[in-house]
Amino acid sequence: MALDQSFVGRSYPPTDPYEVGREKIREFAVAVGDANPAYADPEAAKALGHPDVLAPPTFVFAITFKAAGQVIEDPQLGLDYSRVVHGDQKFAYTRPVYAGDRLTVTSTIENIKSLAGNDILDIRGEVHDAAGEHVVTAWTKLVARAAEEA
Amino acid sequence: MTAKIAYDDVEVGTELPAQTFPVTRATLVRYAGASGDFNPIHWNEKFAVEVGLPDVIAHGMFTMAEAIRVVTDWVGDPAAVVEYGVRFTKPVVVPNDDKGATIEVSAKVAALLEDRQVRVDLLAKSGDQKVLGMSRAVVRLA
Repeated sequence: MALDQSFVGRSYPPTDPYEVGREKIREFAVAVGDANPAYADPEAAKALGHPDVLAPPTFVFAITFKAAGQVIEDPQLGLDYSRVVHGDQKFAYTRPVYAGDRLTVTSTIENIKSLAGNDILDIRGEVHDAAGEHVVTAWTKLVARAAEEA
Repeated sequence: MTAKIAYDDVEVGTELPAQTFPVTRATLVRYAGASGDFNPIHWNEKFAVEVGLPDVIAHGMFTMAEAIRVVTDWVGDPAAVVEYGVRFTKPVVVPNDDKGATIEVSAKVAALLEDRQVRVDLLAKSGDQKVLGMSRAVVRLA
């Protein structure tokens, strides 16, 4: 069944702050095999003009996707998550994510489309720091494949 | 922000150094832990096959993270990446052997933008398959 269009534009309450840890950034960089010293060594990051180590460009997805769980698991929306695949992902940065950041995410349903029985859901996650300043926006497109005929 | 590539030194068509990234089952387990994405399609072959996949597949976000390394290695400072988006077109299938799979990434400057920014278009392939579509980054150069 197609998702209810009236959910387009709906925003969910901001998440509790996620505190970005230096070691979590390091763990992520190691996991993707990236030896850029700006991810692990505060001095190397400072040499580039940063206050502390920064996170790789896709790191923040772990935080925004967890926040998108509010949408995905909203019983009123009724998305069948077992049929969901990740379609597109985009990030737009005002500044990088740094170790020590306390980030909150506000998720909004930007679009809902139904195409050949597939439900296509666009979620925008606005990420702000503890001072309320914008850090990054993440757009996540989820595609719930049509259920097979019984 | 200290990009080591100058805006004035690039033109449309400038190629970034291409790279090949290995991905094995061990890589995926490590990424699952680091990212918090424990979907069993990325580590459990039986489960993957049951939901209609050929085998365990890499996280799309893992492929996205690898691809942008071609840009961040080129530009030096990862903070130079101001926008980055991809479409997940085909999965990277990761067999359960020592070799696993490889992700080959090439990139070139596709447009010169305002404010010393350029658009870089990326091409990510695994075997013969293009695995990311519309893969683009906006990068601020020195």
